[in-house]
Amino acid sequence: MNYPSVFNLAWLIPLPTALAFFAIILFANPKKRLSSNIAIGAVVLAWIMSWAVAITFFLNPEITEHPFDLHVPWMPMGEITFHMGVAVDAVTAGMLFMVGFVLTMIFIYSSGYMSFPGHLDPKKYPDAAQEGLDPRYSRFFAYISLFATGMLGLVVADNLLMLFIFWEIMGLCSYLLIGFWFDKSYPDPKQITPKQAGLKAFLTTRVGDVLFMMGLIFLFIHAGDLNFQNIFANQEFLHELSTATVNLPFFGAVTWAGLISMLIFWGAIGKSAQFPLHVWLPDAMEGPTPVSALIHAATMVSAGVYLIVRMSPLFSAAAHGGSGVMMFVAFIGAFTALFSATIAVAQKDIKKVLAYSTISQLGYMFAALGIGAWVAAVIHLLIHAFFKALLFMASGSVIHGVEHGHHHVHEHGRGDDHGHEEYFDAQDMFNMGGLLKRMPITGWTFIIGGASLSAFPLVTAGFWSKDEILAHAWHGGHMAVFWTLAIAAFLTAFYTFRQIFLTFFGKPRTEAAEHAPESVRAMTWPLVGLAFFAIFGGFVAVPHDFPVVGGVASDFLAKLMEMQGEFYQLHVAPAPFNWTPALISMALALSGIVVAWLIYGMKPLAAGQPDPLRKALGPIYAILENKYYFDEFYHLVAVRPTLWLAGFFFKFDRGVIDRIVNWVGALGRWLAAALRKWIDEFIIDAAVNGAGLVTTWTGAVVRLIQTGQAQNYLLILLLSVVILLLLIPLG
Amino acid sequence: MTVPLSWYLIFATALFSLGFFAVLSRRNAVAVLMGVELMLNAVNVNLVAFWRYLTPADLSGQIFVVFVFTVAAAEAAVGLALMISIYRTRKTINIDEINDLKF
Repeated sequence: MNYPSVFNLAWLIPLPTALAFFAIILFANPKKRLSSNIAIGAVVLAWIMSWAVAITFFLNPEITEHPFDLHVPWMPMGEITFHMGVAVDAVTAGMLFMVGFVLTMIFIYSSGYMSFPGHLDPKKYPDAAQEGLDPRYSRFFAYISLFATGMLGLVVADNLLMLFIFWEIMGLCSYLLIGFWFDKSYPDPKQITPKQAGLKAFLTTRVGDVLFMMGLIFLFIHAGDLNFQNIFANQEFLHELSTATVNLPFFGAVTWAGLISMLIFWGAIGKSAQFPLHVWLPDAMEGPTPVSALIHAATMVSAGVYLIVRMSPLFSAAAHGGSGVMMFVAFIGAFTALFSATIAVAQKDIKKVLAYSTISQLGYMFAALGIGAWVAAVIHLLIHAFFKALLFMASGSVIHGVEHGHHHVHEHGRGDDHGHEEYFDAQDMFNMGGLLKRMPITGWTFIIGGASLSAFPLVTAGFWSKDEILAHAWHGGHMAVFWTLAIAAFLTAFYTFRQIFLTFFGKPRTEAAEHAPESVRAMTWPLVGLAFFAIFGGFVAVPHDFPVVGGVASDFLAKLMEMQGEFYQLHVAPAPFNWTPALISMALALSGIVVAWLIYGMKPLAAGQPDPLRKALGPIYAILENKYYFDEFYHLVAVRPTLWLAGFFFKFDRGVIDRIVNWVGALGRWLAAALRKWIDEFIIDAAVNGAGLVTTWTGAVVRLIQTGQAQNYLLILLLSVVILLLLIPLG
Repeated sequence: MTVPLSWYLIFATALFSLGFFAVLSRRNAVAVLMGVELMLNAVNVNLVAFWRYLTPADLSGQIFVVFVFTVAAAEAAVGLALMISIYRTRKTINIDEINDLKF
């Protein structure tokens, strides 16, 4: 069929940011502002192209029946040729819509955020300090440009291998960006440094990636191709995979579809920081806040969800074949949602609360996927990206403000001198308070984002998307999932508003908070842009039967998703609207807000006052604050044995293998010396010299004949004649 | 009664041997040359004997002997001249002492 020609732009979408990466690294590194302008220009270009493709798609929804796929032969392998290309369908269009916009907002925000950092000495970097920018400003923009390429490429990829390649690009950029301030260290040796956090992130997601790769390889072995449309629109193939079994040692006979789905899901667990591979995301907050917003809220972690959505036909087939994969997905998702929400309640760092919140919300998405609510999961993914990025960026604005306030206070000669002897944590919420008056734009956008996260009824987008998931759970009879997510929703509202009350209301608890200025326009305008979507983005998710506002925007989306589902023969009809789950979720959200107000808002905390929850929960608070001691557990069970093993192999290599190698070398040297002494000198030289000696001796003997006396010669002549005469009768 | 050929041959052999012995054993160079003359004359006797007894009609035997005489005479003259020259240089004609062409 004839596709609108704008779809041919799809493969170009990841390109401008890739070019920006190379341009900055190779040419523009010394010029900071130029680098950020190149990056922002590139991402705006990518945004325009993404929206062009996405909006064209939304205007022509019938394309969903035959999604656009453009590919080229890339790797000939004997009989088959592997193709690489781009595909545009409903999910891709939705993701492009979100990713293009959020990336642009974050890039613009970063240009204002990456000022000269507090942990560096201005005397060592005079130029950067004078400009007021981070010394590695250009490098930052190079990295986030590469990351943008990764995300955009992942979203338009039409086959699993290409998706995996861009997945890994994002993993690399995550490592580089979390460890961006690699020279930062803390006085407390137990606190994780950015360098360690980057490694932790990479290694933990690596565990998931290995399993992902195994699943990918198995899939390729069975399918001979990894193109989504080719594999998943082929019903016989899916049926075959879901019936053929393989015998595994511990699990018995599992279907191939189940095994592959499970392995690929572990890749998503790693990337999206679900239990048990969740440990890297809170420590990833060591990276600059735009990184947290970009990678760990909006895009990279949602790649895991996107992956499962893409693989949904396989998961569905596996479930039909009797595999427990989808139940496992739902379990992990729901468990993580609740588990992580409980930890967020006891955190004091503003970014850590948001980190655990992200893990929890991703759990919601996986729970939705596990119960078959594909559409709800995708919608929640998109809406979450908007408000989470908003929350992170607003928190970054708050942190900047408090840091500026801190410097302001110290420059005015109050407190200790400019040596900053005591470490001041600008991210500790208990050092904040009353910031709404000082930073109104930041404050109000944060509140909007927080309300969306808490699923504040009706007016926020978050309400509609979360409600959709809960409605599906209720409708499908998955009560365990429903109640787990419901309790998590209560906690979400609670900890979010705890955060809001502690940060923005009451009186400032430190001098730094008293003097915190509002942030620059480059930082506040993106907040406003995202807040818009945090409120209005949800109307596509309003259920059809909802009174008054139902069906205004959502009929369109529902139809789109239905058609997409038909292509893959998936059941994606939205759940019919039911008042019960909707009221339950509204009640929980509001009660969470009310409890937070009772503890933190009614009587705002004074300076130095400890968290009231500490007394209320007693020993449980310490467990929550220490994240159930999971990091310590992993350290004991995984890190220390690995380090021991590495040490053991090192000692083995040095003590045993090197000894053997050196011994062989010594043996060789000894052999050479022996050969030289016994054979070369004794035999060969003897032979050579001996030949010479024999010749000399023979000559010395034979020349005695030549006496010089003629008579001797005549005598010899006589003798010779006689002998010859005697020999004649014989011869 | 005639003298048998073999007597002349034995006589020539003996003469030749004596001459050869003189060549080999005498220290004086002139004596060595005398030995050479003796050898040559012995050969002459041999030749004449063979001519007279085997082919008396053919004069080639006599002619050959005349040649040998002539050569012997010339060679003796040259040899003696060499000896005089050597004596003038070396002040000796002891052959044992004229051994420069040695190892």
